[in-house]
Amino acid sequence: MPALPARLSRVSESTLLRHLVLALAGMVVIVLVLESTSAFRNGQLTAMAYLGIAAGGLTVLTGLNGQLSLGHGAFMAIGAYTTALFLQDTEPALPVVGVLVVATLVTLLVGAVVGVAAARLHGPYLAGATLALAVAVPGIAVYFTDTLGGEQGLNVLLPEIPDWFADAVFFLTANDMTTTRYVAYIGWIALVLTFVLLANLSRSRVGRTWRAVRDDEVAAEIAGINLARARVLAFVVSTACAGLAGGVMALAVRITAPSGFMLTLSLTLLTAVVLGGLGSLLGALIGAALLTFLPQVATGFGADLGLSDVQSAELAPLAYGLVMMLVILLAPAGIVGSVRGWWARRGTSA
Amino acid sequence: MQQFLTTALTGLTLGMVYAAFALALVLIWRSTRIVNFAQAPMAMITTYVALVVIDAGYSYWIGFAVALVAGLVLGAVVERVVVRPVEGKSEINAVILTLGLFIVIHALAAVIFGSRYRSFPAPFGLRGFQVGDLNLAITGFGIFTIVAVLVVMALLVALFRLTDLGLMMRASAFNAEVARLLGVKVGRMLTLGWALAALVGSLAGLLIAGGSLVHPSYMDSVVVYGFVAAVLGGLDSPAGAVVGGLLLGVSLSFVSGYVGSELVALAALVILMLVLLLRPGGLFSHAAERRV
Amino acid sequence: MLQVQDLTTSYGPVKALDGVSFEAPRGKITAVLGANGAGKTTLLRTVSGLIRPARGAAYLEGADLTRTPAEAMPGLGLSHVPEGRGVITELTVEENLRLGGLARADRSRPADLERVYTLFPVLSDRRRALAHVLSGGERQMLVIGRALMATPKVLLLDEPSLGLAPRIVAQIFDLLRGLVESDGLTVVLVEQNARSALSIADFGVVLNLGRLIVHDDAATLAADEKLRHAYLGF
Repeated sequence: MPALPARLSRVSESTLLRHLVLALAGMVVIVLVLESTSAFRNGQLTAMAYLGIAAGGLTVLTGLNGQLSLGHGAFMAIGAYTTALFLQDTEPALPVVGVLVVATLVTLLVGAVVGVAAARLHGPYLAGATLALAVAVPGIAVYFTDTLGGEQGLNVLLPEIPDWFADAVFFLTANDMTTTRYVAYIGWIALVLTFVLLANLSRSRVGRTWRAVRDDEVAAEIAGINLARARVLAFVVSTACAGLAGGVMALAVRITAPSGFMLTLSLTLLTAVVLGGLGSLLGALIGAALLTFLPQVATGFGADLGLSDVQSAELAPLAYGLVMMLVILLAPAGIVGSVRGWWARRGTSA
Repeated sequence: MQQFLTTALTGLTLGMVYAAFALALVLIWRSTRIVNFAQAPMAMITTYVALVVIDAGYSYWIGFAVALVAGLVLGAVVERVVVRPVEGKSEINAVILTLGLFIVIHALAAVIFGSRYRSFPAPFGLRGFQVGDLNLAITGFGIFTIVAVLVVMALLVALFRLTDLGLMMRASAFNAEVARLLGVKVGRMLTLGWALAALVGSLAGLLIAGGSLVHPSYMDSVVVYGFVAAVLGGLDSPAGAVVGGLLLGVSLSFVSGYVGSELVALAALVILMLVLLLRPGGLFSHAAERRV
Repeated sequence: MLQVQDLTTSYGPVKALDGVSFEAPRGKITAVLGANGAGKTTLLRTVSGLIRPARGAAYLEGADLTRTPAEAMPGLGLSHVPEGRGVITELTVEENLRLGGLARADRSRPADLERVYTLFPVLSDRRRALAHVLSGGERQMLVIGRALMATPKVLLLDEPSLGLAPRIVAQIFDLLRGLVESDGLTVVLVEQNARSALSIADFGVVLNLGRLIVHDDAATLAADEKLRHAYLGF
C-alpha cells in the first residue's frame, strides 16, 4: 500500500478537493452528533451554527482584509427579517432553502451599498460607522411597525419538513425527524457550505488580494490591486454570511424582534472572531462554540456563587469580554493562531 | 410654534451633552489616536456609583461629585492598565480592546447593580417655564445641564491654554517624542488626559441620567452620537466637537420630534456617512483631503 | 564633559552603532560626521535615552545617561534637538519656547524668554503665531532657542543645516559659535554638511557604518584630503 500517503498528499495539493473531503468528514460528524444528542443540545448546536456562519464571514473581513465591522448584528437582522417576511404563512411562496438564498441576497445588496461607503473608511472611523449601523437598524423595525411588527417582532412559521429529507435521514439513522433537529441540519449544512466557499475564496487569488491589502495598502496598490474593489468585495462576502446567519437564526428562534439584534449581538460576533484568532475559520467556529456553551457553564458557576439568575447570566459576557481583552494584550493571534505559532516553534526547535 | 420651540430647546440641551461626550472622545483621540468606545459604559458605571451614594442617603451633589472623581480615577486606571500596551500599535487592536472593555464594564454593572431600569434623581425641576402663552421646554435641569457643560469646557480651556500643565499635555498629544526630549513626562500626561476625558464623559452620563432612568445600556447610543458629533467637528478639534455636538443635538431633536424617535440613530448614521464621504476632515476643516 | 564609551546599538541583527568611544570637551563644538547611515542620528538618540544601547554607556559629568529616561535629560543639563526640526507646529512660537523652559527645576523666567527673543529677533515678531507658519530657517532658530530655554550644559544638534539655504546655515552656525564662546556651552553637532560643520567645530568625529574612523582636531580633519574624499564628500 505505498499509494495511500502519496494519494493523500495529492489530495492535500488540491485545495478544493481537500476542503470538500474535510466538509464531508464534517457532515458525518454533524449527523452523528445531532442524532445522538437531545433536542435542547440540538437547539444549542443550531445557535452555534448561525453564530459560526456570521463569525466566519466576519473573520474573512477582519482577519483577511483588515476591516473592522461592529455592525454585523444589523446585517443578521436584515437576513432574519427577510426570512421572517417570507415565512408568515403556512404556505410560503418559497421553500426554506429558497428563502435563505433570498435572505442572503437581500443582505448582500445592502452590504454592497454599505461596503462602498465603508471601503473609504479606516480603523476607528469604520468602527464608529458600523457601530452607528448596529444601533440604528433595530429602530427601523420599530418605526415600520405595520410590516415589521414593532417591538413585538415577527413570528416565523416554519414550513413542514420535506418528506424526502425526513425519509433520507430516517434511512441513514433510523431516527424520526423533529423540527429542532431539522433546523439544526439546515444550520449546519449552511455552515459547511459557507465555510467551504470561504476557505476556497481565501486560498484563491481573491484571498491573496485581500491579505495584500490588509498587510500593506501602498504595496498592494503599486502591485495593481484595486483597493476599493477588494475592500467592497470582502465586505459584501462578509455581509452575505451575516444575512444567511440571520436567516438560520430566524428559523431557530421562530421570532425576529429588535431586541434580538441590539449592539450586544454585533459585539458578541466580534468576540467570537477575536477569541478564535483573527483570520482563521476554525477559530471562528471555536469562538462560536465558546459563545454558545460558555453561558451555561458561567450561569451554573454563578448559581454556585449564590448570584441570582440575572446576575449569573452576565458572567458569560464578563468572561468573554475579559478573555477578548487578554487575547489582544497577550496573544493577538487568538487561540488558533497562538497554538499554531507554538506548534511551528516546536517544529523548528525539534 | 410651540412644538418648534420645544424641539429646538430640547435639542440644545441634548446637544450640550453630546458636545461633552464628543469632547471626551476628542481629548483621548488627540493624545493617543484611540477612539474610546468604552467611554459609554465607563460613564454608565460612574452614574451607578452616584446612584449608590444617593441611595445611601447622601445628597445629589455628593453623589455627583463622587461620580466625577470615580470617572477621573477610572480613566487613569484604564489608560495605565489596559490601553498603555497598545498605544501606538495596530489601530484595530486598540478598537477591539476598547470594545472588550465595553463588554466587561457592561457585564460588571449588570452583575453588581442588576439590569433593571432604575430612576435617577435630578436636583432641579423638570417642568418648563411659562412665558405668556408659550410653555418654554427649557427646564431647570436643562439649564443646569447647559451651565455644567459650559463650566467644564471653560475649565478645560483654561487648563490647556493658560497653565504649564496644559501646555505639556498638548505637547504630548501633538508630538510625544519631542515632548519627551523637552523633559515632559509623556506617560503621565496621557494618563491625565484619559482621566480628564473620563471625567467629562461621566458628567455627560450624569446629565443624561438626571430625572430619567438608568440601566447598563443607557449610554450605548450616546457613544454613537458623541462619535458622530466628534467626526462632524473633525476628530482632532475640541471646539469642533462642541459645535458638532450642538448641531447634532438639534438635528436629532427635530428628527425625533417630527419624524419618529425610533429613527434618531438612523439619522445619526446618515449624517455620519455624509460627513465622512463629503468632508472627511469635519465640517470646519480647511484641509482638502484626509484619510479617514 | 560628555563621554561616550564603547557605545553599541542594534536594530535587530543590524548594529547601527558599534563600539563608539570619544569625549566632547566642555565649551567646545564637536562635529559628528559621516555619510548617510553611518550611525550619527543613532548616536544622538542613544545618548539622549530614546534608544537603549546593547552595550556601553554615555556619561555627562559622571552621570550615566543610558540608564536615564529621555524625559530626565533636560533636568541633567542635556538638550537634544532632533532631526527634522522638532517644532510642535500646533503650538505658538512662544508656547514652544515656554515648553523648553519647563524642565528646569527653577522653571524659566520671563528674562530667559527675552534673551531668546534678543538672540532671534525673527521669533520675537511672531510670538503669537502658530509655529506652523514659520520657514525652515525660523523653525531651526525656534528649536535652538527652545533648547536654550532649559539652560543646557550640552546641546545635541541633529542636522541643523538640512534643507536650509547656505546663507541661513552660516547665520545659525555663527550664532552657535557665539553661544559657545559666551556661555561655555558644549555642542555635539551631527552634520552631513561636513565642510560647514568643520569650519565652526573644534573637534571632529567621523563615523562609518557604525564605527568610529577617526577623532581629531577639526582643522586636522579638514586638511586630510584622503579622509575628506573617502568619508566626508568634499
